[in-house]
Amino acid sequence: MEQPEVVQVGTARKGESGGSFWRRLLQSREFGVFLALVGLVILMRFLTPYFWKPDNIFNVLRGMSTIGIMAIGQTMIIITGGIDLSVGSVLAASAMITARLMYTGVVSPWVAVLIGLGFGTLLGAINGLIITRVKVTPFIATLGMLSIARGLAYLLASGLQGTVASNVPMRDESVNFLGAGYIGPVPFPVIEMFVLVIVFSLFLRFTVLGRQIYAVGSNEQAARLSGVSSDMVKLFVYTITGTLAALSGIMTAGLLGTSATNAGTGTELDVIAAVVIGGASLAGGSGTIIGSIIGAAIMAVLRNAFVLLQFPIYMQTISIGLVIILAVAIDQIRRRSS
Amino acid sequence: MNQTGAEILRVEAVSKRYGGVHALEQVNFDLRYGEVHALVGENGAGKSTLIKVLGGIIPRNGGRVLFEGNEVDYQRPIEALHAGIAIIHQELSMMPSLNVIENMYMGRMPGRFGIVNWKDLERRTRQAMALIDLHVDPYAAVQDLTISQRQMIEIARALSVNAKLIIMDEPNSSLTQGESERLFAVIDSLKARGIAIIYVSHKIEEVLRISDRITVFRDGKYVGTVDREDATEQKIINMMVGRELDRTAISVPDKIGDVLLDVRDLSGPGFDKVNFAVRKGEIVAFSGLVGAGRSEVASAIFGARPFTDGEITFYGRPVRFKSPKHAIRAGIAMVQEDRKVLSLFMDMTIQRNITMAELPYMSKGVTSDGAERRLAQQMVRSLDIRLASLDDPVSSLSGGNQQKTVLSRWLATTPKLLILDEPTHGVDVGAKAEIYDLIRKLAAQGVGVMLISSELPEVLALAHRIVVMHEGRITGILDRADASEEALMAYATGIADDFAVPAEVSS
Ligand SMILES: Nc1ncnc2c1ncn2[C@@H]1O[C@H](COP(=O)(O)OP(=O)(O)OP(=O)(O)O)[C@@H](O)[C@H]1O
Ligand SMILES: [Mg+2]
Repeated sequence: MEQPEVVQVGTARKGESGGSFWRRLLQSREFGVFLALVGLVILMRFLTPYFWKPDNIFNVLRGMSTIGIMAIGQTMIIITGGIDLSVGSVLAASAMITARLMYTGVVSPWVAVLIGLGFGTLLGAINGLIITRVKVTPFIATLGMLSIARGLAYLLASGLQGTVASNVPMRDESVNFLGAGYIGPVPFPVIEMFVLVIVFSLFLRFTVLGRQIYAVGSNEQAARLSGVSSDMVKLFVYTITGTLAALSGIMTAGLLGTSATNAGTGTELDVIAAVVIGGASLAGGSGTIIGSIIGAAIMAVLRNAFVLLQFPIYMQTISIGLVIILAVAIDQIRRRSS
Repeated sequence: MNQTGAEILRVEAVSKRYGGVHALEQVNFDLRYGEVHALVGENGAGKSTLIKVLGGIIPRNGGRVLFEGNEVDYQRPIEALHAGIAIIHQELSMMPSLNVIENMYMGRMPGRFGIVNWKDLERRTRQAMALIDLHVDPYAAVQDLTISQRQMIEIARALSVNAKLIIMDEPNSSLTQGESERLFAVIDSLKARGIAIIYVSHKIEEVLRISDRITVFRDGKYVGTVDREDATEQKIINMMVGRELDRTAISVPDKIGDVLLDVRDLSGPGFDKVNFAVRKGEIVAFSGLVGAGRSEVASAIFGARPFTDGEITFYGRPVRFKSPKHAIRAGIAMVQEDRKVLSLFMDMTIQRNITMAELPYMSKGVTSDGAERRLAQQMVRSLDIRLASLDDPVSSLSGGNQQKTVLSRWLATTPKLLILDEPTHGVDVGAKAEIYDLIRKLAAQGVGVMLISSELPEVLALAHRIVVMHEGRITGILDRADASEEALMAYATGIADDFAVPAEVSS
């Protein structure tokens, strides 16, 4: 390229052009969170040798995989300035419809999986439509869906006669592989998570739609006036999040061999926490999927740590709460000082 | 306060760095009670930076500031306010969803035991607004007001704090002529009361009229201070740019072609039965007072606002764009009036701000960093945007350079019809002339231009024809040769009206 990397026009100023990539990386929120994760891991290695065993590490990764996958969608939603409280319920409802269809045997197992994914996608799209067409705020719309989808999970679990079941078994080896399988020593959910993280990170970084997701969150009015269909962008992020929640649901059921009506209860908060720890701002316009995954990893390592160290459960809950507040507080202080 | 003539403020060798950028390098400035001291310089010269340092908004990297004889270093804006320094910022800084009173008393709500006396605040708000002859509902949400009303409220807010020093950073960039005149009258009365004023503006003529002294900054450095008696427009401009500025506009032959845009009986919220045409290569200016409906008509054409009735023909085909996206695809670009609210993505990089509108068309869904960078560099060069790196957030640019960034976003789309709503808002003299040249060149290439502007010199410099609107209706269409300030004013106020419906028809 004949053009210099940094444009210097008019009166050239002494700018640090070289190494600005590294400077930016070092100053990024993701890097700070990453350092925190590394610190935590090193600390755990000292405290308990078992922590660093491959078995345990893969355990931790598998434990975070469904949260991580939902965090991918939640990150995109939060970047647009929205929020999705319904992921935990959509997870349960989608898993339930899959399990139910497999149990009754009306369709083949993989068709049931596709229908389950389609169902989650539909619920996500309904979220998006209520938000963009009816102009209900995301918080309210998805709070409603949180309740509705959970209800649907119960409905799908109980027969039409009204017999109530809390679990529907799911016993297809090939489908359960999604949640319980291993490739060599690596749990398959971990592979799924990493593949999706890479795919969606590239999507956000290198596609027009990905750029427009940031634009909508940064200034929706300006985005519209610059030719962005902000409604389409929002519809897209809620819809894809529904799909990802459905996948997480089928993985969860596959791991346990059964689909539970209360699966995923409360996970929406873990997912949102991961995204926030990872550097996204609830005001929209900023955040990365990598950051969110690191956020999810920090929470997963903490959980694992408290189990291994045999600390009481309440300390685990308290500490995760502290981490959420601390992560955001540190970021605020850094932002103010710069 | 009867110290008129004594020194109120002294700035000595103050510096401010952002990374490797020297926004201010050892600048000096001083101010007396009852004095209007103008601060001028090109876009990015450091004017707003000095103001932010004085107001405790950003910390300085060195130097001394003496206020009323004491060395001060305010850490927070509220400290400066309590010391008696009020600031009207260049970028309007209001909470859009809150009402006028709440915005006026933001952060300094008086009240006993946390109980706010709304009646009292309403009275005081009305008082402050009355000073500048502003009449808006104190309980109206700020977002429902026009940009000029918002700017007037910022002024009223600064007046309501009983400051000893009022700093005005381009306070009338969005004001109409009449409103500006009221502002100058207020400045005179403040002066008479011994209040000191720092006045930042790119309108040199105005600066020469109202200020006692003028200080010039260039590239973050102090250039000099001149008394008004010794100052001429040319001298100030030369100090600003550091060389003789060649102000002869390029002359390109007018090549006005076929009709490009034809608007028939267009009606909608804020405008009624509007008829006009723009031909290829023609620059049509829209003149009128604020609220005349010019932006509304343009937005309706651009698909950003609805219209209820009438017809728009573009390239001979009837069109009705559902959204700006469709208008852009057809080849229309629109630079919006309010850059902060309607245009900029403050936390995104300069490069991404420049390429936002063109992005879907330069790539099939997948973006290319190289192509984006080349486009951005090309735009930066043609508009002379002063920046350190394309990867800095657009918020790090000075006001005028932010405006150039908005312009560049739309020029990058190579439009066939370019709609400009106050395009040189906050841009310095030299850059303005360059932008005018650019617009003329585009027109010579066959682009049709709709120019909405409240600046008469701008209209006269560019327009082939001038459409004047009054209260949502077109009252006159003039050729440039026939345009005079008086004529335009007559049409803009509705005194003259070539399209009036004969009175006896109405029953
Ligand atoms: N937050 C920031 N980060 C980096 N650079 C900055 C930041 N704020 C300002 N600058 C730089 O400081 C310089 C001075 O900017 P400043 O806003 O003071 O200019 P100005 O004289 O007010 O110009 P204008 O007439 O366009 O308003 C510019 O080069 C600008 O890019
Ligand atoms: Mg400025």
